[in-house]
Amino acid sequence: MLVDSQKVGDLAENLAKMDEVKGRSLWGDALRRFKQNKAAMVSLIILTLVILFSLTGQFLTPWSNEEIDWNIMGNVAEMGKPSFETGHYFGADDLGRDLYARVVQGSRISLMVGVVGALIAVIVGTLYGAVAGYVGGRTDQIMMRIVDILMSIPYMFVLILLLVVFGRSVVMLFVGIGLISWLDMSRIVRGQTLTIKNKEFVEAAQAMGVPGFKIIMKHIVPNLLGVVAVYATLLVPGMILTESFISFLGLGVQEPSTSWGALISEGAGTIQYGTPWQLWFPLAFFVVSLFCFFFIGDGLRDALDPKDR
Amino acid sequence: MLNYVIKRIAIAIPTLLILIVISFVLMHAAPGGPFNSEKPLPPQVLANIEAKYGLDQPLWKQMVNYVVGLVTEFDMGPSFKYKDRSVNEIIAQGFPITITYGVLSFIVAVTVGVSLGAIAAIRQNTWIDYLAVGISIGAQVLPNFVMAPLLVLTFTLWLGWLPGGGWNGGQWQYLIMPVIALSTSYMASIARITRSSMLEVLNTNYIRTATAKGLPAKTIFFRHALKPAMLPVISYLGPAFVGMITGSVVIDMYFSTGGMGQFFVNSALTRDYSVMMGITILIGLLTIMFNLVVDLLYAWIDPKIRY
Amino acid sequence: MSHFAKSLAAGAFAASLTASFAYAAGTHPVTGEALADEQIFTYRVLDEHSSVDPQIVEDVSGSEIVRDLFEGLYNQDADGNLVPGVALSHELSEDKLTYTFTLRPEAKWSDGNPVTAGDFEYAWKRLADPELASPYQWFIEVMGLKNGGAVMAGEMGLDDLGVKALDDHTLEVQLEVPLSYFPLTTTHASTFPSPKWVIDEFGEEWTKPENIVSNGAYVLTEHVPQERSVRSRNEMYWNNENTIIEQTIALVINDENTALTRYLAGELDRTEVPTGQYPRLAEEYPDEALSFPRLCSYYYTFNLSDSGPEAFKDVRVRQALSYAIDRSIITDNVLQGGQYEAFTFTPGATANFEVPEVAFGQMTQAERDAKAQELLAEAGYGPDNPLSFSMIYNTSEGHKKIAIAMSQMWKQKLGVEVELGNMEWQVFLEERGNQNFELARGAWCGDYNEASTFLDLVQSGSGYNDGKYSNAEVDQLLADAKTSEDPSANYTRVEQIIAEEMPIIPIYHYTNVYMMNPALKGSWPVQNVEQNWYSKDLYFTAD
Repeated sequence: MLVDSQKVGDLAENLAKMDEVKGRSLWGDALRRFKQNKAAMVSLIILTLVILFSLTGQFLTPWSNEEIDWNIMGNVAEMGKPSFETGHYFGADDLGRDLYARVVQGSRISLMVGVVGALIAVIVGTLYGAVAGYVGGRTDQIMMRIVDILMSIPYMFVLILLLVVFGRSVVMLFVGIGLISWLDMSRIVRGQTLTIKNKEFVEAAQAMGVPGFKIIMKHIVPNLLGVVAVYATLLVPGMILTESFISFLGLGVQEPSTSWGALISEGAGTIQYGTPWQLWFPLAFFVVSLFCFFFIGDGLRDALDPKDR
Repeated sequence: MLNYVIKRIAIAIPTLLILIVISFVLMHAAPGGPFNSEKPLPPQVLANIEAKYGLDQPLWKQMVNYVVGLVTEFDMGPSFKYKDRSVNEIIAQGFPITITYGVLSFIVAVTVGVSLGAIAAIRQNTWIDYLAVGISIGAQVLPNFVMAPLLVLTFTLWLGWLPGGGWNGGQWQYLIMPVIALSTSYMASIARITRSSMLEVLNTNYIRTATAKGLPAKTIFFRHALKPAMLPVISYLGPAFVGMITGSVVIDMYFSTGGMGQFFVNSALTRDYSVMMGITILIGLLTIMFNLVVDLLYAWIDPKIRY
Repeated sequence: MSHFAKSLAAGAFAASLTASFAYAAGTHPVTGEALADEQIFTYRVLDEHSSVDPQIVEDVSGSEIVRDLFEGLYNQDADGNLVPGVALSHELSEDKLTYTFTLRPEAKWSDGNPVTAGDFEYAWKRLADPELASPYQWFIEVMGLKNGGAVMAGEMGLDDLGVKALDDHTLEVQLEVPLSYFPLTTTHASTFPSPKWVIDEFGEEWTKPENIVSNGAYVLTEHVPQERSVRSRNEMYWNNENTIIEQTIALVINDENTALTRYLAGELDRTEVPTGQYPRLAEEYPDEALSFPRLCSYYYTFNLSDSGPEAFKDVRVRQALSYAIDRSIITDNVLQGGQYEAFTFTPGATANFEVPEVAFGQMTQAERDAKAQELLAEAGYGPDNPLSFSMIYNTSEGHKKIAIAMSQMWKQKLGVEVELGNMEWQVFLEERGNQNFELARGAWCGDYNEASTFLDLVQSGSGYNDGKYSNAEVDQLLADAKTSEDPSANYTRVEQIIAEEMPIIPIYHYTNVYMMNPALKGSWPVQNVEQNWYSKDLYFTAD
């Protein structure tokens, strides 16, 4: 995966140690540091704009993402160029559909795949790791062996199989991508849970007879939020990249819906036929957004990492 | 150490079995079969073919037969689609191609990535650093199915320097573009990891001490900084290498290299059950093996780690 | 032609070329054209071939290779007429049930053994053998060989099959019923001879380049799966001195855009033109881009079985949907490869078939649109009760574009809501075959050059009739056509019924759209809709 799990792991360790030297509020401090990180702040602004674009961009054009402009169909290379006169700000795709509207809608799907996929990974990974770490002993051993085994399965192959077997749908994409990405998360969370488990407040709760699951949800998981947040931000671009690969294989979302990956792969295939805008516009959104996610992820990690203080 | 290795290998066996069962069940649950086509075969012909390949038997029996054949004779059965070839043969022919691309890309990714990352770290916050970081993030987010057509357009159609695809016995001209397309994103990841871990090492006390003592920068870098800085890189190499083998799907399809990736995607789509199983098992084995190698390397570099 | 790629290829194989360069730098023996020094034909195939075993091969790209490697009783010329292959001639008995072929005495296998009638007998029995389980086993029944069905089912022994070598050069074939097209079937790859001694020695390995023995103008010399296969001149071929192409190389290139790039870079002599690129290429490379008809039809089928939607049971709905499709937009703006608009199922290129004038084919599109709106309103669908259904197609760039265009035409003209379902090939076949659809894409290519190969599809008992259309008159007409001297009137009537009842929506008839090296001459079978080409008939002229 794209995520540098080693770094996140270090962060987890440091965060765990942190609690002992509580002084100023951890979160307030992190926010201040994050604001100082110019690259991360600019990225955050750009990303917000991209999200706004994906939600409201549709209102700025008369074209929908599926409507064919019959006037330019069949001669897209000449008449489908990006232009304000025709109302096709980003030009038209191969069939004469408005590329602007398609990029708007594709951005929505891709961002959704990224965020939902990351959420699934984070939720499953956090719960799994926290339970394994908290319960410990045999259970922990078995649960972690299972993770080891799953990690050895070539996940891309399984994902292709899943899509082939259950048919292509956005839901399947979410589930497929999310389910194979929680493994790293669960390892990191387990490690940190082991440290938190021995803190006084957990022991106090145990002494008061609070049931195990409640302790995990109330005392352990909230203390994991920092590392989880960083990891999730870094997971999103990985998810989006995976989706684009799936689209390249032709197993992505159903027409007339589209995604960045589908648009890019179509545009790249026909790049030599005089319609370069079909590649450059979706690619620009894709690349810029991924850059932003990376910078924000790095920024968050630096902000939360108390070592440099 | 030896105990640890044995334990890991012991885990590999159930892992493979689970992999076989998952893929077997998934595959047969998929609609369609290897002998469907636009013009369906007459029932008599279909029955003859299914009897020949043992597909008329219950699923569990097919699975047992498969595993027995695999374990006792290392036989992965015949291909259902490419009727005069066995899976062993297909793998024997395609795998060396895939491995060639994998190893070459691996070498390129590691050498270029580590150098780029190290230079960026040493020259932190200069334009060299920014350039290196920019290149590596850019390279990381540019999908290789975009890079491949751009490379072909440039080097084949416009400049006429390199052939646009094929394997042709592995001549070097045919290797260049696929290796670039395959290695770039891994190179970028390695550069980023190297840079950040190198920065961390350069800030540690013992490097500061060494610098204060006036040791030449070269000595500090190669004797003291490089090895510890490589730790996170190495843990990334296992997944990276396997990623290059499986990621070769795009390369194989785009450059028609004759490698395994092509066979895998095609066999999944045409329900060529045996070919798909064979490749899945092979990749699973490789994944397990490389994770093990990486862990051992890790132990060798960082003596603090004990198993 | 280019220099770099070609010289590489040439360099790689120079060592293996022991063949005589009789014609290199010479002139063509018949036409007198100056020949190019290098006679290597490189073409693109979409996918790896299934096999080169003549009795097992089932795909088009495999059959192309097998036609070069092996030679059957007869070959086809560029117009599809029969010309002698291993057989010189045949005689037909009075009752039209027994064919006696006289074989060419000088024909040899690539290992020097003579080609005998026994090799054919062996091959045909092998094809029928349930143990070999060839996917083309059913071809025995198409040929009408005596006892074919029983032998295939394992009810009779192989020796009961109606084929027998009377001596080394005389082959006797007995048919179940008189079949006028029987000699045509001998050009099909699955009827080609196979060398028993080689198969006995190597088993399934016999088609490997190092083992294979063949009797055609070429032998297989190299094969890298999913990458290339190479066939080189067979010195033992009886007509070797008239073979000009030294080597034919098939390169597997999945993506047609990549293939075109490589063609333009000079790495290929022939490739398919991607959807929509023909007009531009024809303008830029007028000698290289060509388009010619194929024996294939593209259509959508309504599900008329019980599982199909109620709306489609109404013929007015079916007609409205078919009328509202502007086929000229699909052929001229989407595909742009010279395809023909289809108002009938059978393509006009089919032998002895006159396209009947069906009413809706005569209207203008504006009239059709108006009629469609009228019909749909009559059927009770309108803005307050919009028709909605789903249509399925299998994953492919071209199918996707056509489906999108169709759904938009319906939406904009008729206010119909269509849900698109793109399915991966195997899933698609399963769903369509089990009537799990509302409207489904279909494509049909003729197995032989006659209208019945298409129209059988609308017969109620046909295994290929996925829409489960059933009309007693159609069934009767088609049954009568089998025994009729001149069935063309029946075919015309069936087409008219289809146009009225519209169980399927014909969309277009295919063309092959190629980029072909202008120096490649000889008889590329543009006129032969079955597209059976032979490397031995081709040559490159000097530029």
